[in-house]
Order: sequence, then C-alpha cells, then structure tokens
Amino acid sequence: MTSPVITVEHGVVGYDGRPVLRDISLTVTAGEVVAILGANGSGKSTLIRAVLGLVPISAGSVTLFDRPLRRFRQWARIGYVPQRLGAGGGVPATVREVVASGRLARRGVLRPPGRADRSAVDAALGAVGLADRAGDPVSTLSGGQQQRTLIARALAGQPELLVLDEPTAGVDAASQEAFAGALRDFVGDGGTVLLVAHELGPLRPVISRAVVVHEGRIAHDGAVPDPAGHHAEPDHDHVHPHCYDEPAGLWSN
Amino acid sequence: MELFQYPYMQRALIGALVIGLAAPALGIYLVQRRLALIGDGVGHVALTGVGAGLLLNRSPVLVAVIAATIGAIAIEIVRARGRTSGDLALALLFYGGIAGGVLLVGLSDATSANLNAYLFGSLTTISPADLITIALLGAAILVTMIALRPALFAVSHDEEYARVSGLPVRTLNLLIAVATAVTVTIAMRAVGVLLISALMVVPVATAQQVTRGFRSTMAAAMALGFFAAGSGVWVAATADTAPGASVVLVAIASFLVVAVAGAVWRAVRRRTTPTAAPTPEPHEVVLS
Repeated sequence: MTSPVITVEHGVVGYDGRPVLRDISLTVTAGEVVAILGANGSGKSTLIRAVLGLVPISAGSVTLFDRPLRRFRQWARIGYVPQRLGAGGGVPATVREVVASGRLARRGVLRPPGRADRSAVDAALGAVGLADRAGDPVSTLSGGQQQRTLIARALAGQPELLVLDEPTAGVDAASQEAFAGALRDFVGDGGTVLLVAHELGPLRPVISRAVVVHEGRIAHDGAVPDPAGHHAEPDHDHVHPHCYDEPAGLWSN
Repeated sequence: MELFQYPYMQRALIGALVIGLAAPALGIYLVQRRLALIGDGVGHVALTGVGAGLLLNRSPVLVAVIAATIGAIAIEIVRARGRTSGDLALALLFYGGIAGGVLLVGLSDATSANLNAYLFGSLTTISPADLITIALLGAAILVTMIALRPALFAVSHDEEYARVSGLPVRTLNLLIAVATAVTVTIAMRAVGVLLISALMVVPVATAQQVTRGFRSTMAAAMALGFFAAGSGVWVAATADTAPGASVVLVAIASFLVVAVAGAVWRAVRRRTTPTAAPTPEPHEVVLS
C-alpha cells in the first residue's frame, strides 16, 4: 500500500506569466487522505487542477499512477468533484442523469449503459443519501445536495482516487455529515483522497495528512495543524461575518 | 388538403418534418452550452457559401455545407480558447458571412428571388434529389445526437469534468460544430438562413418549461419541432403563407401557449394546495 498515486515534482504553474505555484513537490500514496489547506488565493485549487491536467504546468512534472500526466489514459481510476455545478443553459437534468455521467470514464463514449452502470449509479446515490431525489431536477436541490450529487457522480465511476475541490464550502451541516460518511466508506474500501479545503469541519478525523500551501509553495506537510488562537477554543463556532453592521447613513435613525 | 396530392407539397412536408425532428435534437446541446444563437451565426456564414456556389455555378447547398463547416469550426476554436474578445470575433464572422453572401450573390447572375429563397426558405422548390439529401443528412444528425447523448450531455453540462473523465472533448465539440453546420444547411431550404436558429432553439425552450430531465426535454423538443414543422406547412398550404415563417410562428405560438398554461397551472395549484411551511435547513451555528 505504498505505491505513489500522485507525484508532483517541482511543479510550476502561472496564469498569463503571473506565477501561482512556484515550486511544488508532493507525493500521495495509496490509501492516504490528504487535505490541501491554505488561504484564498494561495494556489491550492490550482494545484489540484494542475494534477488533473486542467491547467498546464510550465515546469516540473506530474505523474498519476506511475504514468506521466501527458500519457495517462486510465481516467476511470480518478473521480473528480469540482467546486460547484455550472448553471449551464438552463436545460433541466435529473440527479440521476448527472450522476450517470460518472460512468462514462469506465464505459466509453460509444457503449450504451448496461446493468452494471445502473447499479453503480444506484449505489452512488445511496452512498450520499440522495436515492429519493434521483428523479428530481438538480436545479431544485439545495447547494449541499448539489454538492452531494457531484460526489455521487465521482463515486459512480468506482474510482481509486477521489480529487475534491472545496467539497464542504458553503454546504449545510447535514450534507457535510453525509459527505464525511461517504468519504469514510470510500477510504475504508481502500480509496485514496486528495481534497482542497478552507476548513476541515467534520472531515478532520478522516484526514491522514495535511499540506499547507502558502504563496505558491508548500509551507507544511505532515500532521493536521491544530487551529490557532480563538479558532482553538473548544466551543468555537466558525462563523465569518458575511456583512458588517450597516453603517450609519442617510436612512438610519 | 388536396394540395398535398401534389408531389412538390409532399416533398415540402416530408422535408420540413425531417428538419423539425433533427434541429431540436441538436439544438438542445447548443442551448445547454449557452450557444443558442450559434445556428444564426453559422447560417450567416453559409450564405457566403451560397453566394460562392451561385457565382461558380456549383451546387449552392454543397458549397454552403463547406462554408458553414469552416465557420462552425472557427467559432468552436474561438469558444474553446475562451478569450474575452470571443463575442467580437463571432460578430466579425457573422457580419462578414452575410455581407460576403449578399456581395457574391449580387456578382452572380442570380436574381434577388434566389437570394430570398436562401434567406427565408423555399420549401416548395425542393427537388427529389434535395429531399434525399435532407433525409439522409437529417437521419445522420438524429442518430448521432441520440446515440451519443450521454457523452454529448456530459460535455455540454460540465466540460472540465468530461475532460477528467477522459472523454474526447475536442472531438465531441467539433462533432457538435459540424452537426450544426450540416443542420443549418439542410434547414436553409426549409426556413431560410435568418430563421434557422428558431427551429433549433424554440422547441427546446418550450419543452424545458415543463420537463424535469434532459432526456425528457430532448424527446419533448423533438415532438414539438415535428409538430411545428407539420402544422406550419399545413397552415402555409391552406392560407397561402410563407412556409418557413409559418413553421417558426407555430413554434413560437406553442412556446407562448405552454408558458401561459404553465403560469396559470402554477397559480391555480398555489391557491388550491395550502402551502406547506418551507422547512429550513438546520442551523449550523447558534446565534445569540
């Protein structure tokens, strides 16, 4: 269980000449659950996008399952969960239709779905607790349920590696718990996880290793760092002010 | 009804029905990726092909297929690069296409009636050979759009996910671009360059007001396109109106009927069923 699943060596990524990742080296081995932490704009989402080949690296190398990214073709081994579902052009799609897209990596473009595909979709819907919403349009779901739909889509492909971009951002507590449960099951079956997070919340016990990205470099790689300051207080509710008190103005009295 | 005893009317009806089925089957993917008006742009480019064909005494439809395919691939390349100037590049292509078409048709010996036939359609001049072309290409579009639905849906719905799934994203995008060009060119005979997008988009817009899934939207949009084409040609034959415009107006009338009926139904349901109090999601934090 020590074969490397993801290897990044001296990876450099820049947008329009502005460097986002400066010199990143990272190895994820089979069975690990690695969280990439960092402030907004630190480059943590760019790191996983570079691992998946969604943004090109300008220097260094990425290796997936012992194959250079450019020659990697076994995409069915990877399940990707993006930050959110795009709005698209407004054509409705049911939860089941979105989740069924996750089978394409395994099935290919030309083969019609068979019984194995249907049962994998059912299992994935059950794993995230959305079996009863399978026939509903995804647009009628809450943000957290949409996020669970995307996780089910990735699980439907029965991947060995899950790559998740901020899976818990803006997600209600019930969905976070459902998600943490699905992730525990996935890891229990021998899966490997790389996820980007702003805060860990209920995922914390599942994480085996944390990588902190700061200004395009890895600032920490090891145990999950303890929260500092008032974040560490046992009854700390992690609440960000979404808007400050209304300033005294013309209409206030 | 006896008008449909004439072979030219039968050809007009069959041609319209094929296009009525095929155009929404492609259009749903265009709507899904917010390219509802691309058919319009490709149609403008196809007009340059028509002009070139008339000028060179080659089959205008054949040259139009080539021009429209080049135009559609150019639009796809601009879209895939995702530059902010993309819509300006599209505008250049659209207006360049229609200006080139008008200029080339003017240079040829063709009359303005010829130009009108391509701008607004001329169903009743479809020859038996034309009908075979329309039927074969229409069937090819239909089969491709239905058989590849899971993959085309995935690419249109979430292109990055499709890429991480290892799907041939670029090939599928080019397939949609070429299918758009082919559909535009066969639909050009029926509804004309200026009205093509209506048959691709309006049935989809009508269907998605009442459907819940992608598959059911596609089926309903194809049924609506088929209905609009059939009844549009019938209206044109009985009331002696322009066939292309009649087909499009029937499609838009269906949209309005469904929109109004949907609004009324929702209002009635709201009044008759007591609204259950919305169940909010549990609080994540306790605010003192």
